[in-house]
Amino acid sequence: MIPDLGKYTETVLSAYGISIVLLVALVVLSVMRGRRVRTELKSVEQRMSRDG
Amino acid sequence: MTITAKANSLWEYANPRKFLATSERLLPFFWLASTTCLVVGLVWGFFFTPDDYKQGSTVKIIYLHVPSALMAINCWLMMLAASLIWLVRRHHVSALAARAAAPVGIVFTLVALVTGAIWGQPMWGSWWAWDPRLTSFLILFLFYLGYVALWEAIEDPDTAADLTSVLCLVGSVFAILSRYAVNFWNQGLHQGASVMRVAAVTGSDTEEKVSNIYFFPLMLCIVGFVLLFIALVLYRTCTEIRARRIKALLARERANA
Repeated sequence: MIPDLGKYTETVLSAYGISIVLLVALVVLSVMRGRRVRTELKSVEQRMSRDG
Repeated sequence: MTITAKANSLWEYANPRKFLATSERLLPFFWLASTTCLVVGLVWGFFFTPDDYKQGSTVKIIYLHVPSALMAINCWLMMLAASLIWLVRRHHVSALAARAAAPVGIVFTLVALVTGAIWGQPMWGSWWAWDPRLTSFLILFLFYLGYVALWEAIEDPDTAADLTSVLCLVGSVFAILSRYAVNFWNQGLHQGASVMRVAAVTGSDTEEKVSNIYFFPLMLCIVGFVLLFIALVLYRTCTEIRARRIKALLARERANA
């Protein structure tokens, strides 16, 4: 499945592994915070409209 | 529509509601397009391109190193534009967009530094060299960290936006140096531009340029990184706008209590 990377197998795979982990973590953390803030805003707006 | 009218209509997006509504409509496209370009570009580059005659299979690192380095610099330039808009026109959305972009820039800079070090070790025999481009890139990374830290350290958002905007102006020197350092100084290990050099394409210089076998998947990866950057900045700016609204509502609630 993985192409023959010769003597640089570890080099190439570690570059891809670290980069993909960093990029995926950035997207996941951004989306998680976005959802948390959106939910919090909804609850604050609802509470304020209920309390006048 | 005249140019002035078009320019004026652009400022409509300084309205947070308009910005949120437009971003919500655009985001699915940017997420999908960036994922598609990145997956196709990386799979093409990793699985279907041959080894380089000099660098062996390490050439495959180019699909991550070049786009991330390019976007690390462009991210700071986008933050510079947003900071200038804040300083001149006081549009909150632009300050929040700059704030939202900074962590994206940090990750792109980190990816460029890490992949560069991993690539450099077998090619140069060293993980790191105090080369003009590498050093200015490291300083750019430190500026990113300082920028985020400054936003977090100052409670008043307008003061934070003012100070971080000034920091962004100063840091722009290193963003530009990161790109052009190899042209200013001849010493250093890092090679000059070999991907998008007009003179190489037109044939007016004879320096080596990246072969088309690597160029096309690389372009796809660059487009993927640009689209991912846009998606992340739009999404994170929406989050910052909502977080700011929460703060404003809670402050109003406390004042009424």
